[in-house]
Amino acid sequence: MAGAQGRNGIVAGWLPVAIAAALFAFFVSLAPEVAAGRAPAVSWDWLPSLGIAFGFRVDGLALTFALLISGIGALVLLYSNAYLAGHPQYARFALFLTSFMLAMLGLVLAADLIALFVFWELTTITSYLLIGFIHEDPKSRRNALQALFVTGGGALAMLAGFILIGMAAGTFDIAAINAAGLQAHPWYGAILVLMLIGAFTKSAQVPLHFWLPNAMAAPTPVSAFLHSATMVKGGVYLLARLHPSLSGTEAWLWSLTLFGGATAVFASLQAMRQTDLKQALAYTTLMALGTLVLLLGQSTGYALTAFAAFLVVHSLYKAALFLVVGCVDHETGTRQVGVLGGLLRPMPATALAAALAALSMAGIPPLLGFIAKEIAYASAAQSFAPLLVAATLLAANVLMVAVAGVVAIGPFWQRARGPLPKAPHEAPWAMLAGPLLLAALGLGLGLLPGPVQTYLVDPVVLGALGPGAVPAELKLWAGVNLALVLSGVTLALGIAVWLARGAARRALERALGALPSLDAGWDGFMDGLKAFAVWQTRIIQGGRLRVYMATMFVVVAAAVGGSMLLRGALPAWPDLSDVTPQNVVLLGLIGAGSVLAAFTGSRILAMAALGVTGIGVAMTFIVFSAPDVAITQLLVETLIVVLVAVALLRLPQLDPTGRPSFRPWDAALAAAVGIGTTLVLLAVLQQPLDLSLTAFFEAASYPEAFGRNIVNVILVDFRALDTFGEIAVVVIAALSSYALLRTTAPVWGRGPGGTRR
Amino acid sequence: MRSIILRTGARYICALMLVFSVYMLLRGHNEPGGGFIGGLIGGTAFALYAIGCSVAEARRALRVLPQNVAVAGLGIALLAGLMAGLDGDAFFEGQWLFLGGEVPGTYSKGALPLSSVLVFDIGVYLVVFGSVATLVFAMEEEI
Amino acid sequence: MEELTAVLIGLLTACAVYLMLARNVLRFIFGLVLISNAANLVIFLGGRLTAGAPPLIESGQTAPPPGVANALPQALVLTAIVIGFGLFAFALILMFRAHATLGTLDSEEMRLAEPRPDLRAVDEADAMPADAEDPMPATDEAATDEASGAAR
Repeated sequence: MAGAQGRNGIVAGWLPVAIAAALFAFFVSLAPEVAAGRAPAVSWDWLPSLGIAFGFRVDGLALTFALLISGIGALVLLYSNAYLAGHPQYARFALFLTSFMLAMLGLVLAADLIALFVFWELTTITSYLLIGFIHEDPKSRRNALQALFVTGGGALAMLAGFILIGMAAGTFDIAAINAAGLQAHPWYGAILVLMLIGAFTKSAQVPLHFWLPNAMAAPTPVSAFLHSATMVKGGVYLLARLHPSLSGTEAWLWSLTLFGGATAVFASLQAMRQTDLKQALAYTTLMALGTLVLLLGQSTGYALTAFAAFLVVHSLYKAALFLVVGCVDHETGTRQVGVLGGLLRPMPATALAAALAALSMAGIPPLLGFIAKEIAYASAAQSFAPLLVAATLLAANVLMVAVAGVVAIGPFWQRARGPLPKAPHEAPWAMLAGPLLLAALGLGLGLLPGPVQTYLVDPVVLGALGPGAVPAELKLWAGVNLALVLSGVTLALGIAVWLARGAARRALERALGALPSLDAGWDGFMDGLKAFAVWQTRIIQGGRLRVYMATMFVVVAAAVGGSMLLRGALPAWPDLSDVTPQNVVLLGLIGAGSVLAAFTGSRILAMAALGVTGIGVAMTFIVFSAPDVAITQLLVETLIVVLVAVALLRLPQLDPTGRPSFRPWDAALAAAVGIGTTLVLLAVLQQPLDLSLTAFFEAASYPEAFGRNIVNVILVDFRALDTFGEIAVVVIAALSSYALLRTTAPVWGRGPGGTRR
Repeated sequence: MRSIILRTGARYICALMLVFSVYMLLRGHNEPGGGFIGGLIGGTAFALYAIGCSVAEARRALRVLPQNVAVAGLGIALLAGLMAGLDGDAFFEGQWLFLGGEVPGTYSKGALPLSSVLVFDIGVYLVVFGSVATLVFAMEEEI
Repeated sequence: MEELTAVLIGLLTACAVYLMLARNVLRFIFGLVLISNAANLVIFLGGRLTAGAPPLIESGQTAPPPGVANALPQALVLTAIVIGFGLFAFALILMFRAHATLGTLDSEEMRLAEPRPDLRAVDEADAMPADAEDPMPATDEAATDEASGAAR
């Protein structure tokens, strides 16, 4: 890292920050309108024939996400400018990160399922580029590819689900789908499963979670932005977006509760076990995603309020903590819990940000995290299985308190446990602005939760549950109730776990280390896939031209002949009464030429026979009123003979022995293809001919295109675009032939006797 | 294999064929002919020249690289398609300009009709001509 | 007449297929020329045959006389002939260059890009480190060995 000396330039360094800040300001200006219940929208026709529009709609849910994305985006971009100061590829990084931010905004603002899918894939691709940003490191590349495959595969399932929804609802417009609802549709089960696969891969729910901790190979600002605050919430966003049309059924309730709960508990146990601060935070992100999914499973005002509040507060404190860890890593050179300590004195501002964010994460009053946790506990009491939900939340939150202690107390307030790789000092202001601001927001909004309630939470809840819903009130003191008791228990147990963190870590290490590793399973899967690809390539592409050709012709013969036999579509016996002797001679000439070309062993004879066939075909064109075609055919035949004659000067005999060998199996296959062709043609000839196109060309050729030669008018006027494509092919053929002859020097003398110069 | 008769004749026949190829190109819109046929005749003319004299002489006579002719032809054809855009018509829709007085009794509004269609046909001519010459020259030079 | 042409096209196709199944790539290219002719005739025949009435508009008329030959397949065939020529020329030059480089016209012996599995095993052991990921080595040494092996 180049430290503070490097500069990234105005364009790469500051333009992205300005873009993000401007977008944030724009979304803030929309907030009052959205809070009043309106949803500003723009829309363009995209594929009207398929009923697909390209539009954006800013409702409560979209605005909440858009504010988080653009606001945190601005701070993260500001942070990156200092974090990667002087990095030679910073411009690339800033481009990827800004593109990601725009794609993510498109995802949450899209008013149409297909547009949503396109932006969804764009976030996947930009995320791939960002995870693999340190592309010299093979591990980084591998983890990027893993994230791409897992989320991309989930997105394919989601696309199938979107298409099912489009067919079931008759529209791709999200608002219209939500107004109609899909719960009663016979395809509901399939749609739900496909949506869950898409959402669970993106939001890393157990057992598809393994890519997210690996994605931490990215630079820390990326982890802070993509893998805690925004992209991984894409899956949660999808579930929240379709909540009105999918929720309320038993299947929805149980699948979200079970998967979310399992993820939350499993991830918080894993988080406790980590010794790398970034990995610990990665697993707490998983826990938060699990909790959000769990809360979305319910359909009460309390649960949705808790969802919205927790979504906001988690984005604030988790981005802040990631950025703090980035500062620590940047200034000391390590992220290991066992090494770090005593940073309070050299890095007081960082310590303050860490403390505030961690207090919010632990859910301690008067921070916003406390309020969110209270409402989550209160929603558990109203849920379908109070004990299960409350126990899950309690277990996860206890461990959150302990992890918050590990992250915020250990490095700053404890004594240093070893020499640090670099002498620590305070991070530059650009890197402190983000974490301090985000952490301070957690405190300020906790003391004054009114704006969060009005502009963020209420619109989300009303949007998801309909105008009749009652959002819970965000307040610090709600009286002594079950939620407060649970909070107290959480805090006490959390502190206990933190005090016993060494023993807890060792116990978890033993327990979780015994589990089979999905990550290793992934590697095995990929190796198997590659081995399968090699195996099937060797079977299908053995490298023998004859086998390829034979396969093709067998398929053609079987498909043509077989389907004619099966359908009983054999043509009637042809009527040969109009055959004239001249034409028989002409056709006989063509036939004789082709048979001779096929069976002769002499190159010159074969060439002459081909010429006879070609000229016979040209004469056929003349006889049957196609002068243009006949002239073209004659000229092309001439050129073919010229080129073949030139080539033959250098080529050996057709057969080493001088005599051709008859190949009976090939002849049988050839006969089958030939007979099939004739049968199809006879059947075609017995069908009526549709002449409407020809009639149009004949009628329009002179009045509209001023040409008397209808064939040429078709070529250069009616079908000019096709002709353009065709002449482009001719140019390509000529240029590639030329390149083939020019670029590689001939290696004469390698071949058998007779080819030496 | 170089015959004096062929060598002497090739130059004149080549010139005649080139004139004929342009004739075929221009009359193509109303009678058999057109860019494809004209281009093939022109290409054959140079093939004859290359066989009768030598590829080097044929290249000198042509002055420009045949592959450049082909690519230029493709560009001209594309331009002809883009001309429709000036009038706001669809890509490759024919554009006509009639010079001279109106010819009574026909649809032709002028004695000398010019059109983007003719430009396109010239592009086709150059593409086919250039491609054939490229192929024949390259193949001949291999020997 | 059309029926007889259909039979002829079948014969042309059969000869072309027989040639394309040969080991000698020069025969393959002869087959390519024949099958192009057959395909052009198929399109032409599909628009039906009309003798002695080319699709031209007489001077002074605005439409062709009734019963004129079908112009659409003619336009299709015309470009198909030229493209077929381009394909033929490319294939011929490819074969020519293959013969110059590999010294053979036998498609069974042209195994530069996809070596035979028995030879490939030897190449891998020689040329590739054990942990290499790429299962398809195409190193220069392997290629040269192949070419000289084929020539022997």
